[in-house]
This record gives sequence, C-alpha cells and structure tokens, in this order.
Amino acid sequence: MSAAAAPPPDTDTGTIVQRVEDARMRARRAFALQFGLTWLVLLALLGGALWLSGNVNLGFIASAGPYIVQGAGLTILICLSSIVLAVVLALLGALGRLSTNPIINGIASLYVSLVRGTPLLVQIFFVYLAFPQLGLTLPVVVGGILALGFNYGAYMTEIFRAGIQAVPRGQREAAEALGMPERLVFRRVVLPQAFRIVIPAIGNDFIAMIKDSSLVYVLGVQELLWRASTLGRRNLASLEGLLIAAAVYWGLTIIFSFFQDKLEKRMARGDR
Amino acid sequence: MTFDPGPLPDHGERPAPTSSGYQGTLPGHVDEVIVRAAGIHKYFGGNHVLRGIDLEVRQREAVMIIGRSGSGKTTLLRCLNFLEEPTMGSVWIDGVEVAADPLKARDRQHLEQIRQIRLRAGMLFQEFNLFPHMSVLENCIEAPLRVKGVARAAAEEQAGFYLEVVGLSDKRLEYPARLSGGQKQRVAIARALCMEPKILLFDEPTSALDPELIGEVLRVMVDLAHDGTTMIVVTHEMHFAQEAADRVVFMEEGRIVEQGPPEQVLDNPQHEATTRFLRRFLDR
Repeated sequence: MSAAAAPPPDTDTGTIVQRVEDARMRARRAFALQFGLTWLVLLALLGGALWLSGNVNLGFIASAGPYIVQGAGLTILICLSSIVLAVVLALLGALGRLSTNPIINGIASLYVSLVRGTPLLVQIFFVYLAFPQLGLTLPVVVGGILALGFNYGAYMTEIFRAGIQAVPRGQREAAEALGMPERLVFRRVVLPQAFRIVIPAIGNDFIAMIKDSSLVYVLGVQELLWRASTLGRRNLASLEGLLIAAAVYWGLTIIFSFFQDKLEKRMARGDR
Repeated sequence: MTFDPGPLPDHGERPAPTSSGYQGTLPGHVDEVIVRAAGIHKYFGGNHVLRGIDLEVRQREAVMIIGRSGSGKTTLLRCLNFLEEPTMGSVWIDGVEVAADPLKARDRQHLEQIRQIRLRAGMLFQEFNLFPHMSVLENCIEAPLRVKGVARAAAEEQAGFYLEVVGLSDKRLEYPARLSGGQKQRVAIARALCMEPKILLFDEPTSALDPELIGEVLRVMVDLAHDGTTMIVVTHEMHFAQEAADRVVFMEEGRIVEQGPPEQVLDNPQHEATTRFLRRFLDR
C-alpha cells in the first residue's frame, strides 16, 4: 500500500523465487519417495506372507512361468482384434442410434439393449456351445474375438453416440453454411472431432478388455489364464499359476495405461 | 504478428481486392436485387418470433440489422440460409428460390435447394466456429476443395489471397486454438470469402470478443463493405453501423419497424420505438 511495504534489505526477489522453487521441488521429491516406499513395503509384506506360509512352489514358477507368460501374446492379439471390431460396431451402432430411420434406429437399439443386458460370460458360452447346435462351429479364437468385440461394441456405441453429440452444434452449422452436404459434414467435421472426444474412453475400455479377455479361457483358447489355470491344477500349483497370471495382467494394464496417458497428453496439446 | 487495428477505416490506401475476380464485388450491376426475403414468419413452438418480414438487398449494399435482443434479428439472419427453416415465406438469392416448408425438412430436393442458397450466402457466427482439427489454410480450402471441386493448388492460392485480405497470411499453418478471438473471426471471414458467395451474413460477429479485439474485425468488415461486398450484419456496434452501413434496419418484436440510411435511422429516427432503443443504447 505504502512505502512501508519495501522489502527487507537482505533479500532480493530473485533469491526468494529460487527458494520457493527449491522448496516445491523438495516437497515433490519427498512425495514420490514416500509413495514408492509405501508400494514397496506393502508388496514386500504380501510376498513375505506368502513366502512364510511355506507353500509356494518356486520350482513350478521357474519351470512353468515362461510358458504361462507367453500366453500374453494371444491375450494381446485377442484384445487388439476385439477392440477393432468393437470400434467398427460402435460407430455403426452410434449412427444407428442417432438415425431418424425407425428401422435402423430399432436395429441399433436392440443390439445395445440385448448385448448390454446379458452377461459377457453367457455370450461367450453362447458362441461356444449354442452356435454349434445351430450348425455354426467357429475356431475358438475367432469365437472369443467375436464375443468380446460384440460385447464391447455395445458399450462403446453409447460412448460414440455421446461423443458425436458432444461436438458443438456450431461446428455442424458452420459446415452446412459452407454448402457442405450432410455426409461430408459428418465425415469431415463431426467424426474427427467426435473421435478425439472418445479416445480416452476407448483406451479405458481397452484396459478393461485386457482383463475381460480372460473369460475366453472357457472356450479352451490357450491364452494367459487358460495356461495358468490348466498347468496350475495339473501340478497342484494353482496359487503359483494364478499369481503369475495376475502379475502379467497387472503388468499389461500398467504398460497400456502408460501409452494411453501419453496419447492423451499429445492430443491435448493441439487443442484449446 | 499482431494485426494493428489502428484507427477505424482509411479506405483510400488498401488496394481493393476486386482485382482477383471476386465475384461478389464486381461493379456494374449495383442496383440488381440479390436477396429477396418475402413474408417470413417463424414460430418456435407457440412463440411467434418473426411476424412477416419482407427484405430486399441489392448488390454491393451493406445492410445492418439492429434491435434489442429477442427482437428476432438473429433468427431472421438464420432463416435467410435456412439454418432455421422459416415457418412460412420464401427466400430468393441470386436466382435460387426456396419456399419455407417445415413439413419437408428432410426432403432430398428441398435440402438440395437449401444447399444452393447456402453456396450463395456465406455466414459468420458469433462463436467463429472454425474447425479446430484443421489448420487455418485447411479451414479455408475445405469447402472449395470438396464442395466446389476446385483444384488444390488453386484453392490454396485463393485462400492465400483472402487471408491477405484479412491480414493473416502469416497464420496459414496455425491451428485455431493458437489464435486470438479476433484472429479467429478474421479467418472465418476468409473461409467464407473463399467460397465466393454473393452475400455475407454476419451474426453478431464481435459479440464474443474482448473489447480490444473488436476493432480489428470491424476494420476488415468496413473494408469489405467499402469494397462493395454485399452483406447483412446483425450488430450492436452503432459506430460501425454508422460508418459502414448503406442501410440500417431496426427490428422490434419480429417486425421491421424502420429502415433507411444510417443518418436517418440512427441520427433522426422516425419511430418512437427506434428512439427508445437508441436512447437506452447510448445511455450506457
């Protein structure tokens, strides 16, 4: 307010700014350190408890481990194929749900309602057990991909619909005012913006799918969980087998979360 | 980098951009009617927003629509290119006539006619509505390329020309997120000009801008008006209307109450309602 507010003689602004910055850095480092230690201690306690129980068969982990871990390859393949199928279905589904044509809208809405209204496991069994009865026998991997893709496609239909509706109305109007026909407006203006909006949600669904893909083990697809549970039971080492599987699923989700984070950060840069 | 809005217009200096063959500004048919709206009514549900509007605009004319918010100005502008389908009436722009038909809003032929109208009438929005996923240049060439089938090289050259007109040649590779509001609106103007419309419709183009950015947009608009671009502008900027308008239209409660040259409508209004509106406006 007045001349009394002059800084004390032994400080200047530069060093104060520097000290505040240093303090902030120290606090950040301390947080990271304690956070990391907490995880380490908790995981060590968990591992120690298992170890002390004396029932963990390390020999099994060493011998069967690599075979089980290799199942992750098939898990990832199934997930990537299913997510592609799901995105295509979701786009068609969203267009259908927004359509003013009652038949198209009806088809899309029935798809969403039916698939979201029944458990994924039931759908997987349906592909495996009920289809052959109808004369349709699919390779198990294909069956698993179809079931997962259709299931996630239904959930993602709603995500895509919301994404399309979240594109501001002014965008459509500006394109229409330029004389762009309806389809062009959708393809060139609405869809690219809707895609940006839904990409985080697709990433989320992909991570959820990595775990849900374990359900296709009931089809006999030799992916991660199938290998872990089959080998585990055969060697009376279910605990060890499932531990390995859980660790791999966890690792996969951490890896993909990391990439998802990167992708979102990159996309945020171009935007407002 | 920054565009200096400077003092409002100094028309003598800037070379008129008509030399490039911009159709809308060709001299010679000054008196030809280019827009004719007849008997426009618009209801939103039971709300009678436009109550029988007749409006003719001649080539090279700059028409400014003023009036209180809720008087129907924006709705009228949006009815002219059918962003709102009028409930009744018809719009004729440069040889294309569309009769309002709210019952046929999804009819293919009707939509195509509307599209023909829109090709002749460029529109500018309060919120600019640039496409955020496209660069400035891509925004400008998108419609010429895909709607008119202009070759890419020609479209880019034309975009360069109109970006020069609005003073943003150096921003052609920027994305809209990196531009100020005033720059966005000027890009939007260039984008509209790239379709070489017969008329530009401005819907409160400076209402979403920070006060210090209004000048640069108005200056471009004044230049366009003085270069003979046909335009209808819904605005609250009275000084701008005074400066650039050939005709000022005052609307109230969905009707045109008074219209004429700015020195008449703004300085010497004939109607009680106009006087009241202007007095309240100048009081602020």
